[in-house]
Amino acid sequence: MSGLGARSLDVALGGAPILRDVSLALAAGAVTAIVGPNGAGKSTLLETLAGLRRPDAGAVDLDGAPLLAMKPRERARRIGFLPQTPEVAWAVTVRTFVGLGRTAFTGPWGLGREDQAAVEAAMRAAGVSDFAERVVTTLSGGERARVFVARALAGRPAWLLADEPLTGLDPGHALDALALFRGLAEQGAGVVVTLHDLSLAARVADRVVVLAQGRIVADGPPAACLAPEVLRAAYGVEAVIVEGAEGPLIEVLRRAG
Amino acid sequence: MTAWPRWGVYAAAAGLLAVLAFASLSAGRVWVPWSAWAAAADDPRWAIVFGLRAPRTLLAILVGGALGLSGAALQGYTRNALADPGVLGVSAMAAFGAVMTLYFGLAGGAPWVLPAAAMIGAGAGVVVLLVLAGATSSLVTFILAGVIVQTIAGAGVALALNLAPDPWSVNEIVNWLMGSLADRSVEEVRLAAPGVVAGCALLLTLGRSLDALTLGETGARSLGVDLGRARLLLAAGVALAVGSSVAVTGVIGFVGLVTPHLLRPFVGARPGALLLPSFLGGAILVLAADILVRLTPAATEVKLSVAMTALGGPFFLAILIGMRRRLA
Repeated sequence: MSGLGARSLDVALGGAPILRDVSLALAAGAVTAIVGPNGAGKSTLLETLAGLRRPDAGAVDLDGAPLLAMKPRERARRIGFLPQTPEVAWAVTVRTFVGLGRTAFTGPWGLGREDQAAVEAAMRAAGVSDFAERVVTTLSGGERARVFVARALAGRPAWLLADEPLTGLDPGHALDALALFRGLAEQGAGVVVTLHDLSLAARVADRVVVLAQGRIVADGPPAACLAPEVLRAAYGVEAVIVEGAEGPLIEVLRRAG
Repeated sequence: MTAWPRWGVYAAAAGLLAVLAFASLSAGRVWVPWSAWAAAADDPRWAIVFGLRAPRTLLAILVGGALGLSGAALQGYTRNALADPGVLGVSAMAAFGAVMTLYFGLAGGAPWVLPAAAMIGAGAGVVVLLVLAGATSSLVTFILAGVIVQTIAGAGVALALNLAPDPWSVNEIVNWLMGSLADRSVEEVRLAAPGVVAGCALLLTLGRSLDALTLGETGARSLGVDLGRARLLLAAGVALAVGSSVAVTGVIGFVGLVTPHLLRPFVGARPGALLLPSFLGGAILVLAADILVRLTPAATEVKLSVAMTALGGPFFLAILIGMRRRLA
């Protein structure tokens, strides 16, 4: 069976259960948004799906094969992962940093011609070519966020798993990033993003997974999953959904009483 | 400053190394001019060059390279520009291992006993360091882990001195602890070379993993890097390279700290790109320092380790001030 699938995942951190019996079958060629309140287990789910965390029970399969049995390099070629707070340990240039996205493809002699082409294409796609020679640690938060996206794109992954990729982006660049993710999905890649902005999630995602207290409470098309009763149950808020020009707008009114 | 092209850095470093190696063979109490080199082997100065200075020059290159490369690898792995085998206590642990063999009188048994003990000490130092610092890799944890390793090694050496059976053993241990390249022979080169070469070869394979660690541990794993394997290679490489260096020269500090720092403006900050230049740079640094201590007019030659510490201490302080400014 093709796609990225989770079978009854249980994950506990420091004795506290984070994910409980999470099952999910994701198909390529679509954008899936994982939403949920703080501490719902979104990041943990994404890390587990990316093969970076061993679940206490259950398993993740990529195209029918168990992900954890795969060689790390092979897995990294197929799954691109964008952590929530990416680290930049050294004052390297944007081009060098984006080049790290090719790590799973390069041999001992560094980037080959194809790698370099992929790096340039990724920088163009994420709109960071203009400051390719600047040092990443001197960039603004928004510029940095785009560099991180470029780094993830450089590996041309079949699956892109991004944890809060819109943090620090202004509305314009957030839309650019979402358009980029949509474009990837239309080219056949599977895109999974965790998002806090519910209106953007409703607009960009083909499918929404609502997570609360480590369990999936809703899973399906945005219109069904981002309904007032689901939001009340998951977030404990009262919300109204207004039909906007470009899609539904979700306005949170107050804490549910 | 923009980084130099890679071949430019290698060419410049190799050229400088060649000039210094030549100077190292020529310089000393007896100056050997170029004309004497062309003369036949019956010139008495020939014996000075090949019997006394050639091993010293070779050893300076091997030991300097090993320390520079180990520093660059440790800095890359820990993502911490203050990491250095000397600062983190790895060299001290190697010395502790070596001193144990001197103390128990085992060193005389076979020539490989002392280097082996030094390698075991260095290996234990790296392992303790990695275990203590764990996966957190925070600057504070790591430096504290280094302080602990350093303290354990220091206490062990102090105990050996304390319990030494006679003043001659104390003298032997103290003299040995103060790292130096003076009066080393081909025998020492033969003892150090295999470990240094093997250790450096292991460390040079780490480039890609260290580069990926720029993204942090999760980031590196998501790029397909096997961190367990990288940790193993790092520990084995540093243990072999630093252990066999310390075994023949004693502790020479700060080379691993200073070298990557001096190179970053030319090579860029990518850890993998710093590895080979740091070997060359460390060799250049130790070779230059050794020529200087040889030429210093003093009753007894200043020990190389003392000179390096005199240079390295202020350097360490300058880095710290720079970091504090950046963090403030």
